[in-house]
Amino acid sequence: MSEELVTIKINDQEIQAKPGSMLIEAADDAGIHIPRFCYHKKLSIAANCRMCLVEVERAPKPMPACATPVNDGMKVWTRSEKALSAQKDNMEFLLINHPLDCPICDQGGECELQDLSVKSGGGSSNFKEIKRVVVDKDIGSLIATEMTRCIQCTRCVRFGEEIAGLREMGALGRGDRMEIGTFVEQSLQSELSGNIIDICPVGALTAKPSRYKARPWEVVQTPSIASHDSVGSNIYVHSFRQHVVRTVARENEAVNECWISDRDRFSYEGVNAEDRLLKPMIKQDGVWRDVEWSDALEAVAERIKATDISQLGALVSPRATLEEQYLLQKMLRACGVNNIDHRLRQSDFYDQGVAPIAPSLGISIAELEAQNAVLLIGSNVRQEQPMINHRLRKAALKGADIMTVNPRRYDFNYDVANQLVGNASEMLEQLAAIAVASGDIPSAVEDLVKGVEVSDSIKAIAESLQQADKAIILLGNIAVAHPQYSALRALAMVIAENTGATIGSLVESANTAGAWMAGAVPHRQSAGQAIEQEQAGKNSSEMLTSKLKMFILLDVEPEFDCDDPQLALSAMNQAECVIAITPFASEAMKSYADILLPASTALETSGTFVNAEGTWQSFMGASKLPEDARPTWKILRVLGNALNVSGFDYVSSEDVRDELKLEMDGITQTDSNELMQIYQKHSVDSGVQRISEVSTYKSDSLVRRAKALNVTDTESEVYMNSGDVDKLGLSASATVRLVQGTAEATAKIVIDDNVSENCVLVLGGTELASSLGSSFGAIAVSAV
Amino acid sequence: MSETIINDMRKASGDASLLTQHEIDDINSWLKRYPEDRSQSALLAALRAVMHEDHYISREKMDAVAAYLSIPKIAVYEVASFYSMYELDEKAAGRHSISVCTNVSCMLNGSDEIVEHIEAKLGIKMGETTADGKFFFKVEEECLAACCGAPMMQVNHVYYEGLTTEKVDEILDGLE
Repeated sequence: MSEELVTIKINDQEIQAKPGSMLIEAADDAGIHIPRFCYHKKLSIAANCRMCLVEVERAPKPMPACATPVNDGMKVWTRSEKALSAQKDNMEFLLINHPLDCPICDQGGECELQDLSVKSGGGSSNFKEIKRVVVDKDIGSLIATEMTRCIQCTRCVRFGEEIAGLREMGALGRGDRMEIGTFVEQSLQSELSGNIIDICPVGALTAKPSRYKARPWEVVQTPSIASHDSVGSNIYVHSFRQHVVRTVARENEAVNECWISDRDRFSYEGVNAEDRLLKPMIKQDGVWRDVEWSDALEAVAERIKATDISQLGALVSPRATLEEQYLLQKMLRACGVNNIDHRLRQSDFYDQGVAPIAPSLGISIAELEAQNAVLLIGSNVRQEQPMINHRLRKAALKGADIMTVNPRRYDFNYDVANQLVGNASEMLEQLAAIAVASGDIPSAVEDLVKGVEVSDSIKAIAESLQQADKAIILLGNIAVAHPQYSALRALAMVIAENTGATIGSLVESANTAGAWMAGAVPHRQSAGQAIEQEQAGKNSSEMLTSKLKMFILLDVEPEFDCDDPQLALSAMNQAECVIAITPFASEAMKSYADILLPASTALETSGTFVNAEGTWQSFMGASKLPEDARPTWKILRVLGNALNVSGFDYVSSEDVRDELKLEMDGITQTDSNELMQIYQKHSVDSGVQRISEVSTYKSDSLVRRAKALNVTDTESEVYMNSGDVDKLGLSASATVRLVQGTAEATAKIVIDDNVSENCVLVLGGTELASSLGSSFGAIAVSAV
Repeated sequence: MSETIINDMRKASGDASLLTQHEIDDINSWLKRYPEDRSQSALLAALRAVMHEDHYISREKMDAVAAYLSIPKIAVYEVASFYSMYELDEKAAGRHSISVCTNVSCMLNGSDEIVEHIEAKLGIKMGETTADGKFFFKVEEECLAACCGAPMMQVNHVYYEGLTTEKVDEILDGLE
């Protein structure tokens, strides 16, 4: 290490510290605890709570450790008489207005104020005047406020400005009447808002959905992995009497630092949804009957054996665990079935043969912070992978150029250098123009760049990527759903080649990368082992289009999870047999399914997710399964046995994981930067185009059922810009008819000028989307 | 090819067009004194301009200031609620704002009597506005730093010292 360290003494213990660092950091590194409220290592220094006062040699008064830089030869005492007396006196001030309601406070038992007042608080106070009361604020369905308990440490205020990038909370009024609040009563908008619950050192901000559900000392804490986006945020799941009551962030600097998104924090609520499937069920003559597990599994095995194997297909959730995906494909492949796919929202599979073994960021999540230029293609990263957006924000604050090619404009919580916006074919043209501006065009993609114009902002994007020391091009979830995904990828690779940028994928879901490795794709076995071309199975789209006779659904609701919900629904309805291995059974599912097997959510099973950077993160079940529901991997293991598949004698999910791990160890990942110029160019639809992105809290079966996240009803909204709405002679909130092929639906207009002209945004995963067709393509809009 | 370069959309969504030309001119004259990326520096002056025009600052105007200065709304609310010179309640909007200092020096020199006299004269309590909207009798929080002229009051931006009830009548009656 080239950096010179200074030597200080804390409590007579010699410590090496970085020059310029604060005493509290040096003490924390050395494991010496100094009490604090306002200091947080990820936030700016406020030094307003005064709790971290320590004695410093030759200083006349105690000094705040959070705001006192280390100096060579400094001597500090954190537990001396002077320090302790300062801390005790300060505690008395902090407790002046704090209510004595610990017995009914959710924070009680894990409260920093409570702990420190036990440690250094006095038995009585000199303050005899009337305590102040602060009226509570309603700041939405996620966070409960009890502002009388607030000690004005301003962590939540600084979090908003510095981490969430959206200042919503503030310090209002002044002096002894200063209050923390939003001024105008409104719900917090930040996708990271729940973190202020974790950082609030008192009970002023607590989780609303888990309010009064359990005391902190009664809960069992299980480390786990969040099951929504591809970050794989580390979480702790807290269970009370074996039921999940809440989720909090678990620190992992390399992945999610100490934050988690609201989706990862509050989705657990879905576990107890009303349509939770509790018993195995079989439909006979249109009537659902509860059956024993043995009967249900036997029935499944019989149906599989009785079906023409070429007519069997499986749709797998990209959120299913590695073990579940692996077992299902192993079982099906043993039966000779290759029709298995987890790429439910994808429609262009043309270049799958040359795809890397698994999609990945191309760099580590932490390295994103160090990028100087980032080109996002088809990504609403702030909602889709909030913790990745957080890293990009850090890069942007350091001066990186963040640039986008998207179907609509997005609100970023940092300055974006350039946002290009257009419908599906315009996105392709824009990317082609960037490719032209970036340098040579290989003959293979010449077709794509014909006639494109290079404007100044296109030039600026190409230049920024070229000049950046570290540049990365990332394809997001919307790119995956793009009808010409392979062409987008081909162009992205040309740009990467020309500019020296890394190319990566933001990776769609919690275990998308794992699904590729596990072999939940039709054209490759586990660990990317090749399948003969003619043996390759059908992809998700082909399975639905060719109307297979039998489907197996692994935690998939086709009407919400597939690119073309109406196509999916008609395939389900026409199939002779649909077997759903699912934690939930909606009425829709009950109408098309024939056998329902009650499975686990990620909170109730052990398993593994592979995140966007390729890290395997295993976790344990944190909650008891309701009634007869079973861990999904066990259901598949028993099913494998029922089908007489050999090698299905796993004792634990770890056995399954280790088997795949062993297979993977023998494989060297192909370089994802390899130039692939295989693409398919479709004819361009003219006229009004549908564009799409998945609604944040509708992205999967669990979060769709999380009540607190879904308080605003946006189920039937369609977003159009004001010009287009005017052209139809309509206004906001008017009802319109949407027609996509044979599918049609009515929707309520929301005016959104971020949507570009002649585009209609329908959010995926919603009721409205479920009655329409593919995410992109021609759509007709008319007044009702 | 549709293509748009977007500026920062995190900025307040308030409607800056609510500001009057006079307010905008005033704000602009202050903005000139600060570096371009430090528009927040002009916030106090902007709120003062609104206060001068409307005699109070509505939420809409605060949002308009936020939009005009491209700063978060909450940053405006924080400052506006901090200083006692800004009135955020529409009921406090009187054409003339009267503040009688009631701190130690003034109190010892008879400020209580001055307060009582004004309350009786205007028929309102401290903190209220006359029905015709002419006078707002402010609850003054702090010492107005004119102890040598106690008792004193501030009417709009002017200090009046060595007050007697007669002098108060003369001052208030002389206002439009």
